[in-house]
Amino acid sequence: MKAITANRLTDGRVIYRTPDGDWSPHLAEAARLDGDNASTALALAEGEFAVAVGPYLIDLDEDGPAGQKWRRESIRLVGPSAGTTHVLGAL
Amino acid sequence: MYRYDEYDHALVRERIEEFRDQVARRMDGRLTEDEFKPLRLMNGVYLQLHAYMLRVAIPYGALRAEQMRVLARIAQRYDRGYGHFTTRQNIQYNWPALVDIPEILVHLAEVEMHAIQTSGNCIRNVTADPFAGAAADELEDSRPWAEIIRQWSTFHPEFTFLPRKFKIAVNGAAEDRAAIRFHDIGLQIVENADGERGFEVWVGGGQGRTPRLARKIRDFLEPQDLLSYLTAILRVYNQHGRRDNLYKARIKILVDSLGIDAFREEVDEEWGYVRDGDLRLPQAEIARIRAFFTTPRPRSVSPAPQTGPAAFRSWLDTNRRDHQVEGLSSVVISLKPVGGTPGDATSEQMSIVAELTERYGFDEVRVTPEQNLVLPHVENGDLFAIWETLREHGLATANAGLATDIVTCPGLDYCNLANARSIPVAQAISATLSAEGLAEIAGQVSIKISGCINACGHHHIAHIGVLGVDKRGEEFYQITLGGAMGTDAAIGEIVGKGLAGEDVPAAIARILRRFLELRQTGEAFIDTLRRLGSDAFKEAIYADLAA
Repeated sequence: MKAITANRLTDGRVIYRTPDGDWSPHLAEAARLDGDNASTALALAEGEFAVAVGPYLIDLDEDGPAGQKWRRESIRLVGPSAGTTHVLGAL
Repeated sequence: MYRYDEYDHALVRERIEEFRDQVARRMDGRLTEDEFKPLRLMNGVYLQLHAYMLRVAIPYGALRAEQMRVLARIAQRYDRGYGHFTTRQNIQYNWPALVDIPEILVHLAEVEMHAIQTSGNCIRNVTADPFAGAAADELEDSRPWAEIIRQWSTFHPEFTFLPRKFKIAVNGAAEDRAAIRFHDIGLQIVENADGERGFEVWVGGGQGRTPRLARKIRDFLEPQDLLSYLTAILRVYNQHGRRDNLYKARIKILVDSLGIDAFREEVDEEWGYVRDGDLRLPQAEIARIRAFFTTPRPRSVSPAPQTGPAAFRSWLDTNRRDHQVEGLSSVVISLKPVGGTPGDATSEQMSIVAELTERYGFDEVRVTPEQNLVLPHVENGDLFAIWETLREHGLATANAGLATDIVTCPGLDYCNLANARSIPVAQAISATLSAEGLAEIAGQVSIKISGCINACGHHHIAHIGVLGVDKRGEEFYQITLGGAMGTDAAIGEIVGKGLAGEDVPAAIARILRRFLELRQTGEAFIDTLRRLGSDAFKEAIYADLAA
């Protein structure tokens, strides 16, 4: 399962493409895609450069970002992990 | 410090209006991201994981109080209340909105600052010894030369599209605090046998995926020839540098492939064409620039205090530096509180530093390559008052140069290029070493952490380096030992397989404990390491991991 993510043009914040072709800061509102759907949606997203910068596909499972880039995408989703807890395995 | 003239002001103002128009055209869709990206990068605007990042140039790391105050206001108004000081003596804001950046640039311009030369394949912001004009071991102040290079290189039409970025550092002291041997060009001010001042010129140093120590290209360069010689080096690089391969495009690769002797021949031939032309620096111009950089005199002369609360004396021991003028000292303001983010300062802290700079610091504060701040000139009689204020605002950590004075890149928490996190690793190391009091006992030890092979955290030149790597979605950290950035410059060596992040703090604590067992009386960590080799520490790194 995949979703499309990008950065919002105005302020760079992380956004996800929704099923109706809008963009949301919430992963929960992202369109879940697979196979040809993903490629088609990505091609459309790439044309939306006045809203979203650098759209690309990410892997998802039921819990959120998955695959080799799960940590990077988890950090994009929730923000920097660096804080006062010093818990390296928190993500 | 240098003050803008009418040309500087006009140059920066015009650039802001140009960028304002570019942002407007990007917003309304007239520019695509592919068209806009090189334009924003030329104004210091990156797009990172969560937001845009604005990198503001601090030429040779020097700021006046009013400039620091504006940096604080920008952090408060346009960011999340903090800024991040970098290893290249600049400041980065991690959260500005693109639409706000033209206004941020206006605020910067009002205090003679900008974000030019902080990105792109140009000559980047020139760096220098953060103790220039103050250090007791200084032969000559490097700031006037850094300023001359800044003026010459800004918007230099011939060198705006180099094969890759290009970094120049200047050092005028006996100890190299500018890491000149890890720059594309490093300049060391020297005195020849006749007592004349000039430059020893080093070329082809750098870090990243191919770390190289710069090689000496010239023993002595007369000051008036500085710009013509730099031009000759850059022309050879511009012509022969590898534009076909991003990873082989830095000048260090060209120097490697030609060899330093052949490279020198090429430079000398080119130099012959320009040496006696317009680039020859007139003595009057050198004197004009020098006049901006004075070293203050104290109102009263007193020795550095020897008494006071234990915490104050501890801070003096680690964070005070001897000054070239009797009655003055330099002090390091640590941006490395235990468990904090290295290099970060809140808006409030920046404002306090501005106030101290104005009140006690002869209106000058510096940013160091170690991501700390320095008040280069303070009267010894004011040290206690300065310390008290710093302590009230979490800025009096007594750890300059100790193992908890950790340098780190933003890593995977912010950076688009990173493979692994670095800030949480630094925080965990700092907490572990502090809990045991190891940093204070071990003395001078440098620890630097990079979240990828681009080495923005300078791990190659740390006594103990930590490099984050990604293996199939998991973070691992390679330990390097034996790097150094000073006159004894060296590239650290990887000692073995990577560690899981949670194992790194304990491994570093074991390295330091082993050092305490092995050191001879008065021996520094790096000297013990060089005497015994990294094998003496390898077992300590990997002990306890098998279980």
